[in-house]
Amino acid sequence: MSTEPRPRIAVVVFPGSNDDRDAALALEGLGAEPTLVWHAEPTLPDVAAVVLPGGFSYGDYLRCGAIARFAPVMDSVSRFAAHGGLVLGICNGFQVLCEAGLLPGALRPNASLSFVCRDVDLLVERADTSFTSRCEPGRRLTIPVKHGEGCYFADGPLLARLEANRQIALRYEDNPNGSIGDIAAVTNEAGNVFGLMPHPEHAVDPQLGSTHGADILGSLVDAARERVPVPA
Amino acid sequence: MRATVLVRPKPGILDPQGEAVESSLRQLGFAVQEARVGRVVDLELGDGDPNQAKADLERMCEQLLANPLIESYEITVSRG
Repeated sequence: MSTEPRPRIAVVVFPGSNDDRDAALALEGLGAEPTLVWHAEPTLPDVAAVVLPGGFSYGDYLRCGAIARFAPVMDSVSRFAAHGGLVLGICNGFQVLCEAGLLPGALRPNASLSFVCRDVDLLVERADTSFTSRCEPGRRLTIPVKHGEGCYFADGPLLARLEANRQIALRYEDNPNGSIGDIAAVTNEAGNVFGLMPHPEHAVDPQLGSTHGADILGSLVDAARERVPVPA
Repeated sequence: MRATVLVRPKPGILDPQGEAVESSLRQLGFAVQEARVGRVVDLELGDGDPNQAKADLERMCEQLLANPLIESYEITVSRG
């Protein structure tokens, strides 16, 4: 058994989240101590990182993530992020972070209007983030997507800014949803908030077809281990 | 006082829902050149100050009803 400390990582559970336990299981397998945090909690516990999981928070009414951003715990998540805390949004979690303004851009219905559920190949553009440090630039990751609204949008000036600041961390090799610039993952300017549509928590075991998701979540666990809990 | 908020995808934003509606209308034989699909929110506001209501409606749109990056909105207030 590893004797390395197990960093505590919050996984926020919204009504309609459905990948919260998969994310927790994956993080635990990678050496973290996950703790599920109900959306109605007024504050986060002392944690070294926060994960907003996939699902259909609040039924995805109005726009995906639009209602969840006002969940009581989100004030605490925003403060945590503002203090440099590590925040990862997966799929619906990515949508919530965009709606909350913690990440740039927006996610729109897939160009095909079809729900896509399959493995996709991603190219690592940034390997120097807290979420991709176990990868190398140019590396190909195979990780599944499963979403109806994953078409990333940024207008011209925003896209230019994302490119100039190197905030695009992963791109699709074969764009499954019409995302502008084949963008699969972005970070905030500071690099401590990261969102992606693919599901790393579903690719952490050879029996699931790929273990490349472990390189994303494992990077987060490594980075979380370096950090003392950030008061939120 | 009642208010109706119309939320539309901004020009240039890909609207696959609108495209699907457009192609279905064409299949039905209608001469449609473009369809864009948005959203209507009807609100019942009670008897408050109309100016305050208009200011509130702007904030409702900015904060929740529309995403200003991808959507435009139009507010109509009526008595009754």
